[in-house]
Amino acid sequence: MEQATETKSPEMTERLLPGQAPVLTPGHTLETITDKIVSLVLRRPVTLGWVGGFVFFFGLMNVLLFAMAYLFFRGVGIWGINVPVGWGFAIVNFVWWVGIGHAGTLISAVLLLLKQGWRNSINRFAEAMTLFAVACAGVFPLIHTGRPWLAYWLFPYPNTMGVWPQFRSPLLWDVFAVSTYATISALFWFVGLIPDLATFRDSAQNPVAKKIYGLLAMGWRGSARHWKRYESAYLLLAGLATPLVLSVHTVVSFDFAISIVPGWHTTVFPPYFVAGAIYSGFAMVLVLAIPIRKFYGVQDMMTMRHLDNAAKVMLGTGLIVAYGYTMEAFYAYYSGSGYEYFVLKNRMLGPLAWSYWCLILFNVLIPQLLWIRKVRQNTLALFFTSLVVLLGMWLERFVIVVTSLHRDFLPSSWGMYTATRWDYAIYVGTLGLFFCAMFLFVRLMPMITIFEMRMLLPQSRVTTEAAHD
Amino acid sequence: MTEATLHGVVAEYLTPDALVAACKQARKAGYRRLDAYTPYPLEEAAEAIGFEKTQVPLLTLIGGILGGLTGYGLQYWVNLSAYPQNIGGRPMHSWPSFIIITFEMTILFAGITAVVGMLTLNGLPQPYHPIFNHPRFTAASRDRFFLCIEAADDRFELAETKRFLQATDAIDVAEVAD
Repeated sequence: MEQATETKSPEMTERLLPGQAPVLTPGHTLETITDKIVSLVLRRPVTLGWVGGFVFFFGLMNVLLFAMAYLFFRGVGIWGINVPVGWGFAIVNFVWWVGIGHAGTLISAVLLLLKQGWRNSINRFAEAMTLFAVACAGVFPLIHTGRPWLAYWLFPYPNTMGVWPQFRSPLLWDVFAVSTYATISALFWFVGLIPDLATFRDSAQNPVAKKIYGLLAMGWRGSARHWKRYESAYLLLAGLATPLVLSVHTVVSFDFAISIVPGWHTTVFPPYFVAGAIYSGFAMVLVLAIPIRKFYGVQDMMTMRHLDNAAKVMLGTGLIVAYGYTMEAFYAYYSGSGYEYFVLKNRMLGPLAWSYWCLILFNVLIPQLLWIRKVRQNTLALFFTSLVVLLGMWLERFVIVVTSLHRDFLPSSWGMYTATRWDYAIYVGTLGLFFCAMFLFVRLMPMITIFEMRMLLPQSRVTTEAAHD
Repeated sequence: MTEATLHGVVAEYLTPDALVAACKQARKAGYRRLDAYTPYPLEEAAEAIGFEKTQVPLLTLIGGILGGLTGYGLQYWVNLSAYPQNIGGRPMHSWPSFIIITFEMTILFAGITAVVGMLTLNGLPQPYHPIFNHPRFTAASRDRFFLCIEAADDRFELAETKRFLQATDAIDVAEVAD
């Protein structure tokens, strides 16, 4: 019976440090939370700003479609890839997008298990971000195969050719890791949405909207029995997603580390890839959260506390990434392998040295500003630091992919890599796809988890006396 | 309204405290077919109506084990029987390279089982449920708490059950048609 006091949420007993913002601005009730989040979608008229943004990104998405159509027509020769650099922008972008997805799962699963109450208002859109980022990532390996209409050959299925995939290849591991990740992320997101869709069904006045949200809510009625099973399944999914998210970027790093290419064949790759993924993911969370909370006026639910915490996670993972760079250089020097040492020298002083030094500036030096409280409290500074980190993480993958491949063992086979306009078109196009989907999401779905926000209220808990009698 | 077409009697509460207290009293009074409806998960309510254990974790465990066996089994069968390939001179049964796909399949099957199991045990999707006949039930997904004593309960007695619920902290007691 004493447990009753312990089951109270940690937020309730939380003591704020001087100057620390609360997770949820006081003064909310069950009613105001529901109304506020519901009205963002169901009551708010479509604004000109939203239409403008959507049309812009929809245009970019069409650039992707156009570039892909041309790619299928002409083949991968329209890209800058050639011997010796066979992995160009496609792999750089794939790794970048998968990495961005990681923050969503980290926020929704890992922080749930760690009972971090501040995750509750940002998890929904971070999960949506994960889904869309994984969708963008998925585009690249498919189109990189050259014959994307045969992409199903990657999966093991009984076929008349009598062949099976090669299960000892990290590229196949990647197929399994990324498709499992996409499936589990989608399930996690949808399960989290069910109760909120029921709220939307019950609040919608438009009969068509009511019907659509009703269908998606599947008849959810908030029964105590249902909630109990729901919570159990949700927690289990979080527990499953936690090792999964760590495994996904580990497997992505195996694509490189299992090979014998100098600069790729190091054991530091898995942890440093995972940290880098979370680093860029939190940067994207901030890039999305800062405008969303301003334009939709949800500063009372996504408070400065959220931004501050996200900035600190960025700082922490950024330091791990910096450690990774240091160790990479140290291994190359200490390994005694002439090839490894040459790759290091070529990265720092070779024809692509600009990319390496920009990477160090963007990923290691500039983010150190986040140590300063004033920077973490300034949304504009935080926004631009996050953009810099996103760019830096993209350059990191560029450096890894291109500088290792373009000059490897045999000087006679060296070459240079230059991306073509089609490489850029497809990259920019996936940005269009991603933001287009985010624009639709904030207009159509509850972007903040309503039922979990209700649980942050002190009055939502059962008091000890009631639990005893 | 005859009892045959009655789903139950529904009481409405303003606070989780009132709901949990009423659930406990109802259990004490001998009612067994009851359900509480809340706008967010309230573990105390599930306990108070006597619903303590779910089968979801067990199902998930079974799903995970099956997934792991499927993943490893597939790779074992393909590499040793269906389509053996010599890759870098590794043994046919090179188990360390099979671990990753085994792990991913474990997670995939366990996750799908958790969600499908939860929905199936909950009887969802369910297009119709009588509780929605309550005129103010939309508030259950908003800010109100409901307790329903179903007509199928052995001790259900329309007048008496109504009186019983009125004696709790309910702000409203209503009959709900089936």
